Amino acid sequence: MSTSKPAVLALEDGSIFRGLAFGADATIAGECVFNTSMTGYQEILTDPSYFGQIVTMTAVQIGNYGICPADTEAAGPKASGFVVRELSPIVSNWRSQLPLDAYLRQHGIPGISEIDTRALTKKLRVDGAMKCCLSTLPLSDAEAVQRAQAWQDMAGADYVKDVTCRTPYLWRADDPANYNSPYLPVGTTMNAPAVPTKKFRVAAFDYGAKHSIYRKLVNHGFEVQVFPATATGEQVREHQPDAVFLSNGPGDPAALPYIHQTVTNLIPDYPIFGICLGHQMLTHALGGSTFKLKFGHRGGNQPVKNLETGKVSITAQNHGFATDPKSLEKTGAKVTEINLNDHTVEGLRHTKLPIFSVQYHPEAAPGPNDADPLFVDFYRMVEARKAGTL
Amino acid sequence: MPKRTDLKSILIIGAGPIVIGQACEFDYSGTQACKALKEEGYRVILINSNPATIMTDPEFADVTYIEPLTLEIVEKIIAAERPSALLPTLGGQTALNLSMELHKAGILEKYGVEMIGAKPEAITKGEDREIFKQCMIKIGLDVAKSRTVKSMPEARAAAEFLGAFPLIIRPSFTLGGSGGGIAYNREEFEHICANGLDLSPVHEVLVEECLLGWKEYEMEVMRDNKDQCVVICSIENFDPMGVHTGDSITVAPAMTLSDKEFQTMRDASFAVIREIGVETGGSNIQFSIDPDTGRQVVIEMNPRVSRSSALASKATGFPIAKIAAKLAIGYTLDELRNDITRLTPASFEPTIDYVVTKIPRFTFEKFPDADATLTSAMKSVGEAMAIGRTFKESMQKCMRSLETGARGFGGGGKHGHDEPVEEKIINAKLGTPNAERVYFIRHAFKAGYSVDRVFDITKIDRWFLTQLHQIFEMEQALAKHTLATVDTAALRRAKEFGFSDVQLAHILKSDLATVRADRKQRGVHTTYRLVDTCAAEFEAFTPYYYSSYGDENEVMAPSGKKKIMILGGGPNRIGQGIEFDYCCVHASFALREMGYESVMVNSNPETVSTDYDTSDRLYFEPLTLEDVLEIYQQEKCDGVIVQFGGQTPLNLATALKKNGVNVIGTSPESIELAEDRKQFSAILDKTGLKSPANRTAMNEADALKAAHEIGFPVLLRPSFVLGGRGMFIVYSEDEFKNVVRQAFDVMPDKPVLIDKFLEDAIELDVDCICDGEISVIGGMLEHIEFAGVHSGDAAMVMPPHTLPAAMLATVRQATHELARELKVIGLMNVQFAIKDHELYVLEVNPRASRTVPFVAKAIGVPLAKLAAKVMTGSKLKDLGFTKEQTPKHWCVKEAVFPFVRFPGSTIALGPEMRSTGEVMGIDADLGVAFAKAQAAAKPGLPVKGNVFLSVKDGDKVRAVEIARRLEGFGFALYSTSGTADTLAAAGVKVKKLAKIQEGRPNAVDLIKNGQIQMVINTPAGMIPRRDENAIRSAAYAHNVCIMTTITGAQAAVQGIDALKHKHVGVRPIQAYKGNVNLVG
Repeated sequence: MSTSKPAVLALEDGSIFRGLAFGADATIAGECVFNTSMTGYQEILTDPSYFGQIVTMTAVQIGNYGICPADTEAAGPKASGFVVRELSPIVSNWRSQLPLDAYLRQHGIPGISEIDTRALTKKLRVDGAMKCCLSTLPLSDAEAVQRAQAWQDMAGADYVKDVTCRTPYLWRADDPANYNSPYLPVGTTMNAPAVPTKKFRVAAFDYGAKHSIYRKLVNHGFEVQVFPATATGEQVREHQPDAVFLSNGPGDPAALPYIHQTVTNLIPDYPIFGICLGHQMLTHALGGSTFKLKFGHRGGNQPVKNLETGKVSITAQNHGFATDPKSLEKTGAKVTEINLNDHTVEGLRHTKLPIFSVQYHPEAAPGPNDADPLFVDFYRMVEARKAGTL
Repeated sequence: MPKRTDLKSILIIGAGPIVIGQACEFDYSGTQACKALKEEGYRVILINSNPATIMTDPEFADVTYIEPLTLEIVEKIIAAERPSALLPTLGGQTALNLSMELHKAGILEKYGVEMIGAKPEAITKGEDREIFKQCMIKIGLDVAKSRTVKSMPEARAAAEFLGAFPLIIRPSFTLGGSGGGIAYNREEFEHICANGLDLSPVHEVLVEECLLGWKEYEMEVMRDNKDQCVVICSIENFDPMGVHTGDSITVAPAMTLSDKEFQTMRDASFAVIREIGVETGGSNIQFSIDPDTGRQVVIEMNPRVSRSSALASKATGFPIAKIAAKLAIGYTLDELRNDITRLTPASFEPTIDYVVTKIPRFTFEKFPDADATLTSAMKSVGEAMAIGRTFKESMQKCMRSLETGARGFGGGGKHGHDEPVEEKIINAKLGTPNAERVYFIRHAFKAGYSVDRVFDITKIDRWFLTQLHQIFEMEQALAKHTLATVDTAALRRAKEFGFSDVQLAHILKSDLATVRADRKQRGVHTTYRLVDTCAAEFEAFTPYYYSSYGDENEVMAPSGKKKIMILGGGPNRIGQGIEFDYCCVHASFALREMGYESVMVNSNPETVSTDYDTSDRLYFEPLTLEDVLEIYQQEKCDGVIVQFGGQTPLNLATALKKNGVNVIGTSPESIELAEDRKQFSAILDKTGLKSPANRTAMNEADALKAAHEIGFPVLLRPSFVLGGRGMFIVYSEDEFKNVVRQAFDVMPDKPVLIDKFLEDAIELDVDCICDGEISVIGGMLEHIEFAGVHSGDAAMVMPPHTLPAAMLATVRQATHELARELKVIGLMNVQFAIKDHELYVLEVNPRASRTVPFVAKAIGVPLAKLAAKVMTGSKLKDLGFTKEQTPKHWCVKEAVFPFVRFPGSTIALGPEMRSTGEVMGIDADLGVAFAKAQAAAKPGLPVKGNVFLSVKDGDKVRAVEIARRLEGFGFALYSTSGTADTLAAAGVKVKKLAKIQEGRPNAVDLIKNGQIQMVINTPAGMIPRRDENAIRSAAYAHNVCIMTTITGAQAAVQGIDALKHKHVGVRPIQAYKGNVNLVG
């Protein structure tokens, strides 16, 4: 639970929020963002896309259900810091094995509670995502502001290299190292569709992938060979995959030319599916471009309209950049999905090649499972390709 | 998809009278639906028997029928109006059941009426427990193990199959789970099953594995015709399984679910709504989770807008009923706009950055003989909701919103005292769910109980208990200080924890005014935050606020218009309900028409007044002095209206004025004056009016002395209460001594009034409106029952049906004089009694009364609106209302009672109000109007069969005449010894039955066997004999028409006569417009 120890959150514009410390004793700087999901702080903290960011939850009561190892999206928290209105003094959930505070402390992540997170959120909405400094150590306001301002902006920086795996490996759902297991309460089956018996080999680029994505791929009939972001097209080809997958990840999508090139290299030969940063990589690889959103989309209630079917899905999202739709015009790709809140691009599909991607997170975790069928689409696409009908 | 153009007119069925399990929320949903469909250009046809609703105001639907919600009547309306569609999902269980009856009777098919929103098949699947369970199993969801049974032997076999007690018994198709219960042993099982089989209209109960102590959740889900589904709100019950969700403290959003669990529940919810086949609209799905294993079980679904939908709408700012109506006519979620953010669509899921708590409001004090344990059958009559940034803040705000005398979790007030409570009492109060349980959690903490120990006893989730423990710790820490020694940071933190200034005054040994002033001086200010559906992700345009203590105040810039605040009525309770909300809503409409900005303050989520588009600004806040003053000062209001929200705002009037608030309309002094015996007597003397002999007493001894001076029978009542709380008619010293303490306890420190009781007097309610220059009578309502029955419970006729013109002229003159003397600006209600051709003034209330909406409907004049305009300075002359109008048709008001919810309670009409709602019967013929009112109040008058008649001695002469006429209509008569002998002696043929304790078969047996169609039973004395009450209970439980006063029975005879000999037609209220005589 929160100590009575003070903590401070300073924004680059000089705003100071004083609260109580939890998690590790540390001073860190990063980009301050907010997430509007009402559940799922654990998945958010462990999503590598939050690397370099200090995350504020708009939901007020945080930590209530503790930490459950099966719900993590990576080996540990990846966000730099955590900001909440109120931290629960206890954990009340049968699956929990650790309180949030202890978990963050274990991993050296500082947190601040008892600040007006709504006021902070409004500031970020109005003024845009900001550089900030979060400290649970004695630090003057002036110094905290200075640390925030001094932080190297994420624009132009390669964050992927910090979160990608070092060497290729076969992702095994039953490997205890690959946390994250599916959850269904005892007695509930919800008639989950059977895993296809025919397996396809997918080469999955790890730009900071969430484990849920790999698990979903496995559950939908793929054998997942994970490659580091730096892997070359040749390395992938050597593996002789049936398809290529591009994962989510942190940072500025424009700052990753080596990835753009690799993807460009693979485009003519493989069915490709991209999620989040993977979608942005595909955008760049096809010759399009991305731009930074004012404060991004982070939450579990984002309505996305599929322009081909007219149907709306409620999706989980976590991105600060988006594809420029104009830039897609001569790339052979078209916009297939848009966000109904601000009409930004949420999905694209190549008009000739078996390639598609989405900006949002069909693997959910946290958030709604509405877009789960995309993994089925991917499987069918690969199947059709193998059958020579595509 | 755009809206359907093949539909031209749509029939909406309302929920009828307010009953337990079905309150104002269906006025809210129906009103939204009417507005939503009308603005799309459909012809809206509405039927609802409840005149106190906003939806039945003539402008909300194109045609509005205030007629009984019966198959026969609705068929007549369908035949007359030929609607293209019926929307069955917005009028609660009543509308859903009636729609199913219409479907099953082939009426919808006959007239080509399409059911939209939910099809009959879907309703059956959702409502029939056995079919529902099979559906759940089919889609891979878990359910509680159970068996549906139709007889006692089957029930016993089911108990055998399920293995162990406790077991839950749920009757099919009853409202709010009435008649159900939890059986802990075989004996209880027999009893509850038998009762449940009796009460179920299809004689069917479900015997079910008991999930007592499991966590309980609700999901509010919407679906459109493109199969797009969204969750509007998740709700977690503070009280674990075993307490009806309507009786549970509930919290939004769900607090103790991880994302994995939440998403499973969300997916399951969508699977349920799809499988059941609710095509468009909202559904409520209840889940339970085993806290030890995570096993998730689907409990039930409501394939319609529900009480929880209203709560979810208010909690999130997402208007479920409005959107449900739009989806039913073909729109999809993405085609509709989120009104609050304007730029984003309705196809999203609200996310909230605050916590919402709802606490039910009970009125067990009105049913002292009933079991006050909370079970799976709903017993609460209302609810309060509060919004806070944290659970602690919202919980404490909600506790003070309830207006039960509790200030919060401790800090003095009711249940919040510092004296230790015995462990024995604590354990009893924690062990069995009851209305006060939450307060005893504090007493347990004070007695040193740990969170774990309280959990072991209550099974309330440790997360909630820990939060309460934090509040308790804060109280303990503060108690070490005084206001002078407490530091500002601690004071601010206490406010963030939801402590009110009154609580702090108690804890810090100060007083309210000082704490308030000191707090402000220290810069601890209330801030207001927006309910914006999106946790600040987008800009919000709707000024819907809650208070908190944060860094930022989000109150929008003033518009430049003058602002008037309207204080609502708070949680529904018996005596203060929808009628007052109706008046507040009218006040708001009137202010907007006059160019003012209206600022609504209320804490009742079921209401139209707390809809975000009813007023210019909405504050969802407790109605306490502190909370109201903060808003008044924050908004820099120009005035406040206190006379429309019932007793709640009236009780604040004087204190508000003392704090510099401009109370508009009748002054607080006049309001007090009407309650003050001495001053009021002076006014009566001045006007030459008289009241029954009366005295005021401050203690029990003086009260008895006064009673003797006046002479029995006397009417004993506390002052400053609404609904006749603690009011008794006493015939002897012994009776007096039994009840006098109760009268004093209702309002401690306020005097008790002792009046001479006028036996067999005719009572009259008069509503009038006064602008300071002239007063105009809105309506005069003659009670059917003799004086002594609370006006809220009495059946009434408008215009008066027995009083001579000369007496009515006297009444009019008296009313005008009283209005003038009391300097009324706005509404005034006077209760008169007429005995032996003498007029007595019983009571004057210079405020909106419960009968205002009824009168407004009767004469087609929006009285409350006019009154609000008058209060802002308009004159009746300019508003065009200068002459009393009496309807040429007859309007009968009848009350509905919750006795069936409180087995064992005394069933008799008396001076303490116990009805929950009212209905209206309108017709050109008085008998038909009365019969309609009876049909609307259920079960309606019989036209053939058997009547059981048993009356007190004083009624015997009249009983003979009644019996003769019933005999003439072809009824067979049954009676017990005394009455039977009288009837036989008068030559009426009567079958004599044994008295209950004398032998079988008795009246109760015949009632249970369906052999009695009407009971006429008038009680002797205040405490009815046990056997009499058994007969009345049986009548209520078996839906048998019952009359408990002789005048009621006389009216029933007239009604039966009309039903047998006259045409019962239907006519919309719009067609009654102008059907009045002008007086004077």
